[in-house]
Amino acid sequence: MSQTIAAIATAQGGAGIGVIRISGDNAREVAARVFTPAAKKKSVLTAAGYTALFGRVYDKNGAIDEAVALVFAAPKSYTGEDVVELSCHGGSFLLQRVLAAVLENGAAPAQAGEFTKRAFLNGKLGLTQAEAVMDIISANGEQAARAALAAHDGALYHKLSGIVAELVSLSASLAAWIDFPEEDVPAVQIDALSAALNSCCAQLDVLIAGYNTTRIVREGIHTVIAGKPNVGKSTLMNLLAGETRSIVTDIPGTTRDVVDITVRLGSAVLRLSDTAGIRATDDPVECIGVSLAKQRLLQADLVLAVFDSSAELTDEDKQLTEAIGSTPAIAVINKSDLPTQIDRAYIESHYKHIVEISAATGSGYQQLTTLIEHLFALENFDPMKPVLANARQLNCARRARALLEEALGALSLTLDAVCVNIDCGLDALMELTGERVSDTVIESVFERFCVGK
Amino acid sequence: MVEYLAAEYDVAVIGAGHAGCEAALAAARLGCETVLFSLSLDAVANMPCNPSIGGTAKGHLVREIDALGGEMGRMADKTLIQSRMLNRGKGPAVYSLRAQIDRVRYHNEMKHLLERTEHLIVKQAEVVEVRKAQDGILLEAVTRLGAVYRCRSVIVSTGTYLNGKIYVGECSYPSGPDGCQAATHLTASLNRLGIATRRFKTGTPARILKSSIDFSKLEEQPGDEPIVPFSFETKLPLRNVVPCHIVYTNERTHEVIRQNLHRSPLYGGMIEGIGPRYCPSIEDKVVRFSDKERHQLFIEPLGLDTEEMYLQGMSSSLPEEVQVKMYRTIKGLEQVQIMRNAYAIEYDCCNPLDLLPTLQFKQVNGLFGAGQFNGTSGYEEAAAQGLIAGINAALYAKGKEPLLLDRASSYIGTLIDDLTTKGCQDPYRMMTSRSEYRLLLRQDNADKRLTPIGYSLGLISEERYQAFVEKYRQVDEEIARLDKVIVAPSEAVNALLVSRETAPLSTGARLSELVRRPQVSYLDLAPFDEHRPPLTDDVIEQVEIEIKYEGYIKRQLAQVESMRKLEHKALSPDTPYQEISGLRLEAREKLLKVKPLSIGQASRISGVSPADISVLLVWLARGQK
Repeated sequence: MSQTIAAIATAQGGAGIGVIRISGDNAREVAARVFTPAAKKKSVLTAAGYTALFGRVYDKNGAIDEAVALVFAAPKSYTGEDVVELSCHGGSFLLQRVLAAVLENGAAPAQAGEFTKRAFLNGKLGLTQAEAVMDIISANGEQAARAALAAHDGALYHKLSGIVAELVSLSASLAAWIDFPEEDVPAVQIDALSAALNSCCAQLDVLIAGYNTTRIVREGIHTVIAGKPNVGKSTLMNLLAGETRSIVTDIPGTTRDVVDITVRLGSAVLRLSDTAGIRATDDPVECIGVSLAKQRLLQADLVLAVFDSSAELTDEDKQLTEAIGSTPAIAVINKSDLPTQIDRAYIESHYKHIVEISAATGSGYQQLTTLIEHLFALENFDPMKPVLANARQLNCARRARALLEEALGALSLTLDAVCVNIDCGLDALMELTGERVSDTVIESVFERFCVGK
Repeated sequence: MVEYLAAEYDVAVIGAGHAGCEAALAAARLGCETVLFSLSLDAVANMPCNPSIGGTAKGHLVREIDALGGEMGRMADKTLIQSRMLNRGKGPAVYSLRAQIDRVRYHNEMKHLLERTEHLIVKQAEVVEVRKAQDGILLEAVTRLGAVYRCRSVIVSTGTYLNGKIYVGECSYPSGPDGCQAATHLTASLNRLGIATRRFKTGTPARILKSSIDFSKLEEQPGDEPIVPFSFETKLPLRNVVPCHIVYTNERTHEVIRQNLHRSPLYGGMIEGIGPRYCPSIEDKVVRFSDKERHQLFIEPLGLDTEEMYLQGMSSSLPEEVQVKMYRTIKGLEQVQIMRNAYAIEYDCCNPLDLLPTLQFKQVNGLFGAGQFNGTSGYEEAAAQGLIAGINAALYAKGKEPLLLDRASSYIGTLIDDLTTKGCQDPYRMMTSRSEYRLLLRQDNADKRLTPIGYSLGLISEERYQAFVEKYRQVDEEIARLDKVIVAPSEAVNALLVSRETAPLSTGARLSELVRRPQVSYLDLAPFDEHRPPLTDDVIEQVEIEIKYEGYIKRQLAQVESMRKLEHKALSPDTPYQEISGLRLEAREKLLKVKPLSIGQASRISGVSPADISVLLVWLARGQK
C-alpha cells in the first residue's frame, strides 16, 4: 500500500486553471469523497483510465467549484499509481480550499519532489526526463531548507519547540520507566501524563485554529454583498469604500469571484464582491446565474446580507437568507427616511449579527468594523504570535494533534501504545521544524534519570 | 616465530563469549567446518558481569535469538534459578523476561554443547594475527604458537579482551575480564587490514560473601510464578529456587565516594575509554545525580554452588580500600566481605560504521565482527550479533546470499541497523524505545516474526517448524471463530460486563467485540462460549493480543509497508557517490562512510536529506535503463 498524497500540481499564480493531483492506492476513494460528477451514473471510483468527468468539488461547507476530474488507472499515470487530477478554476484561494478538502479526506500533502520520486520508484520516468527533473528536485530541497532556516528564528519555531520539549520530556519519562523497571525511576502518573498531553493538545488547537485567522489576515476576508436590487447595496458599498476611506489595491485573478474592490476596515481587509439575486426562476440562463450565486454565498468567508428597512420582506429576501446556510453572515439594514416596514423579528431570528447603516449620516461604519474584527478574532491578532504558514504545516500540526489524541485514548488500555503515539506525534512536529525524534528521547533519558546497573 | 599450516576451515571464530558461541554454533549447524578459539576454555560463555540474562528489550533479543534458531534462550532456561516478567501492566509490547542464571552451570552447559556439536572444534589458543592468504581471497588466523588456520571467513568476537586494561583506583594493569589474560596482539593485525579501533570502557561491581550479609535487614525480591521460558521450545515447567534482595545506598555512602573521587581513575583522567551512559559507575551516579538521596541496588546470587553474590548497581573503579569502606555503609552490608573487587576495564573495539548490515567488514571480504568488539554492551546484544555474524559467515563461505534483517522484523535488525547506520559513541545497549515498531516487535510473537526465516536457513528443525505452523493455524482459526460467534444479551453476561465497569449488551455482540474491550479477557468469556476449542496458553495469548491491539498493530503494519518499499531498493556498497551530481557534500561524505545497502538505510543516515534521497533514486533509475 502506498500512502495517498496530494498537492497543487500547477504553478502558483493567476493562471486560468489549476490542477490538484492525487496519487496513491486510495486516490480514487479520496477523490470520490470531494468530487461528485454531474452525471449521476458515473463515479471516479469506477471510471476507466484516461476518463474525464465533469462535476463539482465539495468540502464540508458545500460546493467549492466546478471541476473536471481526470482519472488515470495504475500503472498508466505519471507516478505509476492510481491518479486523479482535479482541474479547477485557478485562483490560489480556491485551489487551497480544494487541496484542504482533499487532505481532510485522507490524502497526505506531497513532499517536494514526491510525485517524481514515486514515478521513479515505479519505473515511470525515462532517462532524459530523469536528468531534467533532478535539477528541479534539488532546487526544491534548497528552497525547503531555506524555509526551515527562516522558521528557526520565528515565533512558530519557538512555540513548537516548547511543545516538542514537553513531549520529549513525557516520552523520556515513559521510556525510562519502561526500559528501566528495576531502577527506582519514578512511576509515571497517569493523571499527570493525561494533563500534560491535554495541555499539548490545547496548544496545538490554538495553532490550528489560528491558521484560518492567518489566512484571512494574509488574503483578506472574501465577502459577498448580497441582497435584491435597490435594497441599498450601493449605499453599503459607498460606506465601505467611500472616497474618504482608502481603497486597497485589487488583486485580479486570485479567485474566481469577480472582486469588485478590496477595502480595509479597521484591521480587516475585505475583498468585496457582488452576486446575482437569489430568486426562483424558470429562465434557464438565469437559473445558472442563481445557482452560481448560491455557491458563492456558501464559499464566502462572510456574507453581508442587505435589507431595506422601509420595505416588507419578500420571498427573495427569505430565499437569500436560506441560501446563506452556515456561512458567517451579518444582516445589514439600510435605514431610509421612509417609515419602517421590515419584519425585525424575522431578521433577528435568522441572523446573529445585525448592523444598521444610514447613507445620510454615514452611521454604522464603526459598528460594522468592530463586529467584523470580532467575528474573525482580528482585534487580538498579533503578528508576532506563532502561525502555521501553509497547508503542509497545518497538516503536520493536525497529524500530531490526532496522534496525541490517540495517545490519550490508549492511556486506559496500554502504555506501550501511549509511548509509540507520543513518539509519532513528536515525529510529526519535528517534520515541521526539520529535526528528528528518536535520538532526542534517548538523550533525554540519560540526562534526566539515573539508570543502569 | 615459526609458523605451520595447522588446518583449513570454512569459518573461524575468535573469542568464545556469548557472541562467539552463537556464531560458532550457527556456522557449524549450517554445515560449515568451524573452529572456535578461546584464550581459556574455562572462560567459555562466561558472565563476567551480572549473573542474569534478559531485561527490557534484552529479553526480546533472547526470544528472537531463540526464534531464529540460536542457543541463548534454551541455555538460559536450562540454567536459570529465578525468573521475572518485568513491565507487567505497561502493555504487551514491553513485557520483558529477566532471569537470574547459575553462572558456572551456564558455562558448563554451553561448553559441553559446543564440544558435542558436529562440524565444530573448540580450541584454547590466542589468535595473534588475522591476515589475507596469498590468494587474496582466503583468510588466515595465526595463533601465538605459530599455527596457521586457513579459512573462508573469520569472525572477531573478542569482547573486552583486546588490549584489555583493568583499573582499580591508582592501580592499572593489562588484563581481560574476570582474572583472564588480555589479548595483546590481534589489534595491530586488524589495523593493518585497514580496520581502525578505538577504546571503550565498562565496569563491574564487587562479588561479596553471602554469609557476611545481614539478610534480616533486606527487602526480598522473589521470582514470578509461573515462569515464562525464554525458548519457544522449552516445555518443562521451570522453578524459582532463589530470591534476590534489594538494598540502598545512603548519604554516608555518597560521602565516602565524594571524599575519594580524586582517587578514581575516571575522574583522575587515567581512563581514556568511553563508558556506557546506561551503565554508570556508582561514582558517576553520585556526581551526576547529586540531589538523589539514595540509589537502589540488587543482591543477586551467582549460582547454587557458590556463596558469591553480585551487587548490581554498584560498579566502581575506586581503590579497593575505598570499595570496602563504601560497601560497608550500606544497611545489611556493615560486615560485608568482598571476594572479588569491583573494577573498570578498557578495551579495543571497532567502529561499527565499518560494518555492513551483514556484520561483514567493508574493508575485508569474509571478515566479520560481533558483540562488544562492535561497540555494544550486554550478553544478549552480543549473542544476537554472534548469531547473525555466524549465519552470514557461513553463507559467505558457501557463496550464498547473506541474511539481512530489517528494523521492522526484529530488535536484532534494529540493533544492527542502528550500529551500521548511525554508529555508536558509547557502548550500545538495546532499549524498547529504540524501536519505532515496538508494538509489532513483542517478545510473545518473536516466533511468528523469525522462525520461518530460521527454518528456511536450516537452523529450525522440521518438528519445531510444524509445531509453529500449527500454533498459528490455531490462532487464525480461533480469531475467525470469535468473529462469527454472537453472544446474546443475558443477565449473566451483563453481570460480568457491569462488574468490569464496561457497558452491558442490549443486542447481540460478536465475541471478538467483547474480547476487544480492555476490561474483559478471553478467559472471562468462557461461560458464554460453549463451542470454545481447547487451546494452549500461548495460542490464547496470541488470540487475545491480536484482537485487543488490532488497531495499533494495523497502523504499525502500514508504517512498515511504506518503509519496506525503500528498504527493497538496493544500493551497491560500490556506489560512486563522488560522481553523482546533485548530492550535497555532507551527504556524499556520509554515504561514502556508511555505504548503505538500501535507499531505506541511506535515508536514516544523519546528514542525508530527503532531497539527497531523491537524487539517489534518480541515479538508480538511470542505471537500470
